Amino acid sequence: MSTVKLTDIEKRFGDYVAVHRMSLEMPEGGFVTLLGPSGCGKTTTLRMIAGLLDPTEGEIEIGGKRVNDVPIHKRNLGLVFQNYALFPHKSVADNIAFGLKYRGVGKSDMARKVKDALELVQLPHVGERYPRELSGGQQQRIALARAIVIEPDVLLLDEPLSALDANLREDMRVELKRIQERIGVTTVFVTHDQSEALALSDQIVVMSAGKVEQMGAPEEVYNTPASEFVAKFLGASNIVEAQCTGRDGSSMVLETPDLGRFTLPADRGPKVTGPGPVKLVLRAEKIALSATKPANDDVSHGARVETVDYQGQAARYFIRLGDLQLQAINMIDGRPHAEGSQVTASFRPSDCTVLPA
Amino acid sequence: MGVEAREARQPWILLSPALVAITFLLFVPLAFIVVYSFWLRTATGADVAGFHLDNWAEALTDRFYRDILLNTLKIAAITTAVCALAGYPAAYFIARSNRNKGFLLLLLMLPFWVSYIIRTMSWINILGVSGALNSFLLWTGIISEPLQMLYNEATVILGLVHFLMPFMILNVFVSVDGIDQNLESAANSLGATKLQTFVSVTLPLSLPGLAAGGLLCFVLAAGTYITPLVLGGPRDAMFANLVFEAIITQLNWPLGSALSLMLLAVLGALVLVYNHFLGMAQLMKGMG
Repeated sequence: MSTVKLTDIEKRFGDYVAVHRMSLEMPEGGFVTLLGPSGCGKTTTLRMIAGLLDPTEGEIEIGGKRVNDVPIHKRNLGLVFQNYALFPHKSVADNIAFGLKYRGVGKSDMARKVKDALELVQLPHVGERYPRELSGGQQQRIALARAIVIEPDVLLLDEPLSALDANLREDMRVELKRIQERIGVTTVFVTHDQSEALALSDQIVVMSAGKVEQMGAPEEVYNTPASEFVAKFLGASNIVEAQCTGRDGSSMVLETPDLGRFTLPADRGPKVTGPGPVKLVLRAEKIALSATKPANDDVSHGARVETVDYQGQAARYFIRLGDLQLQAINMIDGRPHAEGSQVTASFRPSDCTVLPA
Repeated sequence: MGVEAREARQPWILLSPALVAITFLLFVPLAFIVVYSFWLRTATGADVAGFHLDNWAEALTDRFYRDILLNTLKIAAITTAVCALAGYPAAYFIARSNRNKGFLLLLLMLPFWVSYIIRTMSWINILGVSGALNSFLLWTGIISEPLQMLYNEATVILGLVHFLMPFMILNVFVSVDGIDQNLESAANSLGATKLQTFVSVTLPLSLPGLAAGGLLCFVLAAGTYITPLVLGGPRDAMFANLVFEAIITQLNWPLGSALSLMLLAVLGALVLVYNHFLGMAQLMKGMG
């Protein structure tokens, strides 16, 4: 178990900059997720920590020691890949024992550790089998067992759930969190799936085009996106052009043609310094649709339901409100609002985020 | 006609041109050779039809044939070993070079655009008494008399390696190229050095390709007669040269038939052993 510290690391491939100067500190035992679309540099960053790629510039420290020049086989890291990467010619037990062989672990110790690892991933009876005889989910559990049996300083997970079926993915997510908490290893997790990131992480690093867009706890990143990219990438957001007409220490006043004028706390837009054009981020699930006007002081307007995307327990509505088309995700109480029906759309100003235009 | 009957017939319709070709170009001539091997050649030169075991008795009992067969297998084995040792690193390099893979494979195919006989003869211009190497050594003064480098077993093996190396490289390439590089990364991360990773992961996973390349090299080397004819001395005859000698020079078709069937049996047995352990599918991969 160790801290991981990246200082101004940068990776260039010729003229292409895969990762721009990036600094990051991961606490001991923490679960940090690098989240972003493909090509955002998250896997490149992970591979640099692993030692599979050398950073063009910058320092990588693991447990307080600079590891830039330490070859991968001496870094003591657990690495799990999207495609499992189990050795097809070795039995499950031999796969798990692979790393122990290079650590001078004795025969009896090895057998015990392999057995413990298999129990930890809840597959105690598959040691004699070969990887191809296991399902995808089972193979990924074995890959995890192989990575943690060596008691790595850091566990690096490269999209480990992405190759699994949707239902299995959620089970594995819970399982992964349980195992990580049990052994308490510092973990770096790479994914493009926001729900995985939100469910698993202590800290999320949202990346785009080789740059860090935002870093923070899941709730912070979700509720207070620092950029339009983050707002759009995590969850479904409406971005509305607005005018800030006034701001003081505690509150700010916004105005848009369709939503009117309303006041919200100043800390919802920390980057907005004064009057002028701004972008209002309105989460789809924060817009409540109802047949009658709610009896509170939320901002509310009449709207027409244009399209309904029925999802079982919830529905996604596309509503028209003057010139605006907005998305709203609501739990279904009784039956969903019908297409073409008139509803009242309301939201609490303090649920919004305001970004500079 | 029902759907099932139609579906059952379709593969046979598609295969029929190939089946006709194989039947008339391979199986029928082979049957002729089998029949010929039991005929008898008389002193007058006329062949007597019938069922005589004389050719087979001669082919199987004469020490001369046995020694040359063993020598042929030895040369084929050495050639295969050299191809494997020199070809594996090259194949690995091509498989792991991300940018130039296509170009390097093209370079590998390039020799096939020149006739095999020309390629073999080219060694005479290099190693011959007035060849390039001797001229160079004489010019530098390292030697004062031209060296006799041609027409021995070593030049036969050299020619065979030159001819067969691409087959080995292609087969190993296909195998190594199919190995997920994450497996090597995983092994590295678990504490294995590059060499340990190669020994415990890459090499075992590429053995099928190595075996397929080995089989091809061995069978082609053991069946060759041009290379020893061009680059070998009088004592470097290989088994196929005996067949050539019997059929073309002595016009003794019955004996030549028996000898060629003998070589076919030995090499066929080798293929069967290979097929038993590895299956033919790997061989097809390397050739496709």
